[in-house]
Amino acid sequence: MTVRVGVVVFPGSNCDRDTLHGLTVAGAEPVELWHEQASLDGVDAVVLPGGFAYGDYLRAGVIARFSPVMRSVAAFAADGGLVLGICNGFQVLAEAGLVPGALLRNRSLRFLGRDVTIAAERLDTPFTHAIGERRPLRMPIAHGEGCYFADDATLDALERNGQVLFRYVRPDGAPSDGDERSNPNGSLRAIAGVLNADGNVCGLMPHPERASEAILGSDDGIGILRSLVDSAARARAGAQVAVGAR
Amino acid sequence: MSSHRFAVNVTPKPGILDPQGRAVEGSLGHLGIEGVSAVRVGRRVELTVDAPDAAAARDVVERLASELLSNPLIEAYAVEELEGVPA
Repeated sequence: MTVRVGVVVFPGSNCDRDTLHGLTVAGAEPVELWHEQASLDGVDAVVLPGGFAYGDYLRAGVIARFSPVMRSVAAFAADGGLVLGICNGFQVLAEAGLVPGALLRNRSLRFLGRDVTIAAERLDTPFTHAIGERRPLRMPIAHGEGCYFADDATLDALERNGQVLFRYVRPDGAPSDGDERSNPNGSLRAIAGVLNADGNVCGLMPHPERASEAILGSDDGIGILRSLVDSAARARAGAQVAVGAR
Repeated sequence: MSSHRFAVNVTPKPGILDPQGRAVEGSLGHLGIEGVSAVRVGRRVELTVDAPDAAAARDVVERLASELLSNPLIEAYAVEELEGVPA
């Protein structure tokens, strides 16, 4: 049986179709989950896609947090279910407290839509194991509020626990030196994606689904979606897939 | 029941980078204004609450302010009752 991955559709989501397609490419049967439904239809994993949920009014992601579907996603995550939030989905997860930190306005104040390179810090997680080897991954960003923020004590703890999953890097894979080319939004410690403490929820600003086939200009993102789909299949078979804090 | 009018002022916490504030500050030179610094841009939300008394109304606003109107990681808020303002 094919792995079923739910893609939540909020009013204002605009990457849901791309995400449904990317998940199909990655071998899953994607299922749309409307924001007003409380049931997750028995899916094996959940993706919160990019967009502007509820218009991003007040703060990006905050109003979506209180939708019926998000109560179920929070319960699913608390039960060990795999959840990936991409871009606006990351903002929703952060506002819901399902991943640490907050996403602030880009330092430049500009909305940024362009390719970036990121690197996975760990290849042993449900979101990265199928990437293969550690190498820079090229995929687009498209956001106005992507500047990752947490206080220093939290950042130190995240690093210690292996919860910093992706960082913006230079195209050759070298660490960002803080310039706007390599760390476009000014994220603290060049953080592009984080894990929750249990290792089953991931928030990521760049868009792997927009880089899931060569015809899109890059297929560097497909490894992330494949990791999720593969992990969801193993989770359904009863395997322990989340790695937890180090 | 009575109606009470409140304002909730939400501001970036000290130390949080506020690029909007910086942009405002950067524009002051164009106005020929000097001596203005530490500009911080926040948000003000005004609302009316129907409750048995002012204290109960304020409790509702406090909850709203901490759970929805502000993100405690990055923002502080202050609740102000608007006396004499028609609700």
